[in-house]
Amino acid sequence: MSINVWSILKFFAYVAIIMFFLFPIAWIFNMSFMTNDEILRKVPVLFYEPTFKNYIGLWEGEIAIEGFATMYVYFKQNLINSAILSVGSVSVTLLLGVPAAYAFARYKFKGGEDIAFTLLSFRFAPALLIILPLNLYFSEIGLYDSYFALIWVYQLITLPLLLWIVRGYFEDISPDIEYAYRLDGHSWFQSFWKISIPLAKPGIAAASLLCFIYAWNNFVFALILGSSQIQPVTVGALAFITASAIPYGLIACGIVVSVLPTLILALFIQKYLVQGLSLGAIKG
Amino acid sequence: MSYLDLDNLSKSFKDDKIISNLNAKIEKGEFFVVFGPSGSGKTVLLRLLSGIMMADSGEIKMDNQIINELHPEERDVSMAFQNFALYPHMKAYENIASPLRAKNKNMPENEIHEKVNEIANLLKIGHVLNQFPKELSNGQKQRTSLARSLVDKPSVVLLDDPLRNVDAKIRFEMRLELPKVLKEFNTTVIYITQDFREAMALGDRIAVLYDGKFNDIDSPKNIYQNPSSLTTAKLFGDPTINNFDATIKKQDGFVEVDVNGEIFNLKRNTKIQDGKCIVGIRPEDIVLSNDHSENSIEVEFRTKTPLNLRIVFLVRLKNGLELLCSTTEEESHLIDENKKMYISFIEEKSHFFDIETKRNLE
Repeated sequence: MSINVWSILKFFAYVAIIMFFLFPIAWIFNMSFMTNDEILRKVPVLFYEPTFKNYIGLWEGEIAIEGFATMYVYFKQNLINSAILSVGSVSVTLLLGVPAAYAFARYKFKGGEDIAFTLLSFRFAPALLIILPLNLYFSEIGLYDSYFALIWVYQLITLPLLLWIVRGYFEDISPDIEYAYRLDGHSWFQSFWKISIPLAKPGIAAASLLCFIYAWNNFVFALILGSSQIQPVTVGALAFITASAIPYGLIACGIVVSVLPTLILALFIQKYLVQGLSLGAIKG
Repeated sequence: MSYLDLDNLSKSFKDDKIISNLNAKIEKGEFFVVFGPSGSGKTVLLRLLSGIMMADSGEIKMDNQIINELHPEERDVSMAFQNFALYPHMKAYENIASPLRAKNKNMPENEIHEKVNEIANLLKIGHVLNQFPKELSNGQKQRTSLARSLVDKPSVVLLDDPLRNVDAKIRFEMRLELPKVLKEFNTTVIYITQDFREAMALGDRIAVLYDGKFNDIDSPKNIYQNPSSLTTAKLFGDPTINNFDATIKKQDGFVEVDVNGEIFNLKRNTKIQDGKCIVGIRPEDIVLSNDHSENSIEVEFRTKTPLNLRIVFLVRLKNGLELLCSTTEEESHLIDENKKMYISFIEEKSHFFDIETKRNLE
């Protein structure tokens, strides 16, 4: 009997926890299908007639809100910008970070630990602290308002992250496995490509996902260092708030659309993350 | 002319000299066992030979060519690692096929298939080729790793204590099978172990490694019967050789040994000088008895314990010197510990070592 009481209590506890985390997301998802009037009603409604007006408006770049003038948004461009910046940053990070992580894991060289720590320390500095000098430099050398500049600055966030995560994975691979492959007659590069990288793949996948999320969610760098031409969704969403109206439905809709890419990527990468857990279990 | 020639090889890590001025000449097709206590540098030596590490000085010659500077993939050497070092993301088949694919880029798939299956069947792992390393037992992993090192018929195979991580039954099986398999390939084998029984069972010759160099290189029988130093003598044998300081004096036809006032005679010839030295005698070369005979010494029984189907007695001489004697089980039944006990030595099997250098004086 007591077991039943416990399991009922546990059930409600779970429900409460899930509600706490999922409710805001569910509510926003709901809001994205409502008109502004329905959202702003004094007693919120659970049942309403869903409308795709917000999504259509977002796609077409203009939306008429009842009682106000037509609004123009550049959300589509913002989304493309976000994609370019995030994919670009993660690609550059992978290209530079994975070999660097391997070097830090395998080779003991003078000042190696210091360089690795310096790279990590980039993450300690608050973005606001470095953004002003960066802004001045970039204006000076003509990099202000370019994808290249933002991808470069994003490396401050993504590169140390990937480097430190992937380094640990490389360290976990027994060097003997790489030596064995070379003794078979393969070159160093082949052993790196065919042994080290595949075995560190779970770590690389996890780190890439995190890097992507950090890059996608970045706000401050993109706000200061770029104009509306290259700004991602995080900054672009500001444009929804105007003096004349706050279109909550449109904002909710923008949030839903901007969360989707990260969500899809996470689902796609999940299988590598799980694979990592099971590979680790058989070591030794 | 020897096939593999190690000439004054040295390797140190910081100030730690692991290998210093090591020399050896190894013949083609020889089963060469490197035996040494843990930490003596056996694995480092193998890494120098395979090219994983580079020697600080000295030369490695293979077939009269210096291979010091060659990378691992450029040497005609394969290796089975103590920890197997299988590729976890490849099936056993691909693990074994790896050297074939690396060295002969254009080898047709059916030839690879044939060679992999041939070696796998020889090592009795034909039925697990489709499994990943994590699905294999330790014995199968070890055989897979051996198969990988043999599949391409390399000139030299380096085996780094391959039987260390497998259970006793497989270790014994492999001790029997391994020489048979390796003979079939007629390759030169350098085999590392820290088990003297394994070394003696497998080796054509054994090289005893400590203090950074080979102190003995000889057949198992010679090393056991005529060790070059007390240290080597101590490494071979379980329980280890008895050794005690003594003063010896050559007489006509025998040697008088004085151990702290206890004097006994060894009926044997020797070329060594009179004076102080260390006498070594293996536990199985001491005969225990309840009967007094011409050259026997009275001892006091302390304790006994069974070891590897033999019985080891600990006895004490009147002057306090304690000795281990090992007898067969049948012999031990004939001895009554409550009666007086006597020991005598199998005289030609005693050894004399220098008190300072511990070198064998004969």
